[in-house]
Amino acid sequence: MNIINIEHIAKIYQVGSEEVHALADVSLRIDKGEYVAIMGPSGSGKSTLMNVLGCLDTPTRGIYNFKSVNVSQMNDNELATIRNKEIGFVFQTFNLLPRSDALHNVELPLIYAGVSSSERKEKAKIALEQVGLSDRMHHKPNELSGGQRQRVAIARALVTNPSIILADEPTGNLDTKTGEDIMALFNEISHHGNTIILVTHEEYIAEHAARIIRLRDGLIENDEIVEKRYIPKKNGASKV
Amino acid sequence: MTNFLFELKEGLLISLRAIRANKVRAILTTLGIVIGITSVVLMSTAIKGIDNAFQTGVSSLGSDNLYIDKWEWFNNDIPFWELRNRKNLRLDDYEKYKEMAKLPLAVAPTVWSNQTVKYKDRNVESILIQGTNHEYINTTNLTFNEGRFFNELESNGGRQVCVLGFDVAKNLFPRGNALNQDVRIRGQKFKVIGVLSEQGSWVMGNFNPDKQIFMPITNIFKYFQSEFFRSVTINVKAKNSLMVEETKEEAIGIMRKIRGLKYNETNDFSINQQEGLLNTINSTVGVIQIAGLFITGLSLFVGAVGIMNIMFVSVKERTKEIGIRKAIGAKRRTILGQFLTESAIICLLGGLVGLLLAIILSMIVNQFLPTSVQAETVVLAIIISLITGVISGLAPAYSAAKLDPVEALRYE
Repeated sequence: MNIINIEHIAKIYQVGSEEVHALADVSLRIDKGEYVAIMGPSGSGKSTLMNVLGCLDTPTRGIYNFKSVNVSQMNDNELATIRNKEIGFVFQTFNLLPRSDALHNVELPLIYAGVSSSERKEKAKIALEQVGLSDRMHHKPNELSGGQRQRVAIARALVTNPSIILADEPTGNLDTKTGEDIMALFNEISHHGNTIILVTHEEYIAEHAARIIRLRDGLIENDEIVEKRYIPKKNGASKV
Repeated sequence: MTNFLFELKEGLLISLRAIRANKVRAILTTLGIVIGITSVVLMSTAIKGIDNAFQTGVSSLGSDNLYIDKWEWFNNDIPFWELRNRKNLRLDDYEKYKEMAKLPLAVAPTVWSNQTVKYKDRNVESILIQGTNHEYINTTNLTFNEGRFFNELESNGGRQVCVLGFDVAKNLFPRGNALNQDVRIRGQKFKVIGVLSEQGSWVMGNFNPDKQIFMPITNIFKYFQSEFFRSVTINVKAKNSLMVEETKEEAIGIMRKIRGLKYNETNDFSINQQEGLLNTINSTVGVIQIAGLFITGLSLFVGAVGIMNIMFVSVKERTKEIGIRKAIGAKRRTILGQFLTESAIICLLGGLVGLLLAIILSMIVNQFLPTSVQAETVVLAIIISLITGVISGLAPAYSAAKLDPVEALRYE
């Protein structure tokens, strides 16, 4: 079953009197359970594609069917509901609320979903345990290391049990070792059957995915299924 | 509904968290509202006090009263020279009126004279001496500290007795014991037979009974001024408020007869009523009210602008946070609600502090004006501060709500 089906999507920005085609014409299908990496140099349109896929932005042209629902013409509030229920975001800069502890950060999407306080806490705890942070629930972001912060962000993305997880350069602000740990966590999540879309410009990060889509100048240059070189194990990942 | 309550509760928690994170700023911002609410509450309390003072001031005159006079008190329709050319009312007129009038409860003549009063080496200059008769007390609500009003015998016999107003007695007899002492007016001795209690009618200026002396009317004519010098005013008290109009009609009829007016001649006298005084007072109080509330409203407005300003800063500062919240699924309404709640809470806290301050300050004001903060003022202040919060938060909250999530997330 395909979750994402976009047809001839274009995103055009007006910069002064000039039109910038961030996305020229992109068609793409992503099925449930896929682990996809979107690659491309800066200016290739990968961020714009991620924003459109993540329902943060709407395309100028084209049709975006998310789980067979056309979301390309939806208004702000409808998109907010889709983001809340169907999409989990993981950002390069973690994007946690600095004044709230880990538990509250993970609870946040559930607050907007209207989940009661007790149920929220329960789910948030489970999500934090999943990412191995059960002993850091009441720490604020500035009391956590970069890797731990990203784990909180991943827990936040997982807590609503979304249809896709969108990760935008999730290891960009982490050192190599920590980055590998985080990628191992993604592998594990993928192994549980979650759909993951990873945006990166690092080849070795993209190699974790089963499918790599390469963008250039707002067009898909290459879309290939790659041989999986990483197999998730119970505690993290290791090379075969 | 439950959804709304849920969002309200979450909005409250989020706002409290944000306020706690910026304590100093919140306190400084609130200061404007504190001052605004304090001044509004104090002003409305003071106005209430002034109003009360006016009302008690008037009530000492007695209610349901008519004053038959040469002068029209509160009306400027009749030209001054016409009033001046009217014949004076005289004691005779009073006698005739009293004879013929059936409706009044009490009727008394009054005439005033400006004199200096002495007791030993103390004196009070230029106070109003009211000459009247024993009936006068029945046309007013005057109350006594000690002694009594003069009786019919003393009145008719022109005995040299007097009743002192509260302030006059205080000035002449600082240690009390005024009763049965002789005060001197124009070299004549008058025995003090009564001292009024404080009427608190300071709004009436010289006509405040506290600053007057009362004595039999014949003494005025005998010692101070000719009977023809000043027109007599006839104080008429109606049986009750429903009878005022009828009593007035009767008085007009009788006075026309006494004055011998033909049917086509206009009245050459005026029937004055407290209503006129009340109207003047109410319009005065109204002006004070509007001016006062406008000025204090300005200070509240300045406070509101402060809140709006700081909320704009807050929105700008938390652009990233708004982006995160939106990405995670916060709707416009939710963001709007969050910032509105925040500014409402800031204003509410400011309002409560201001209210507390105003209550304390009003205890000081209470020394000059007998008044206190009313329950409805408290409720009003709370509502005003809430509304101020919502209004001043509206524009910033809206600007936050309509932020584009992509832009907001990119903001550093």
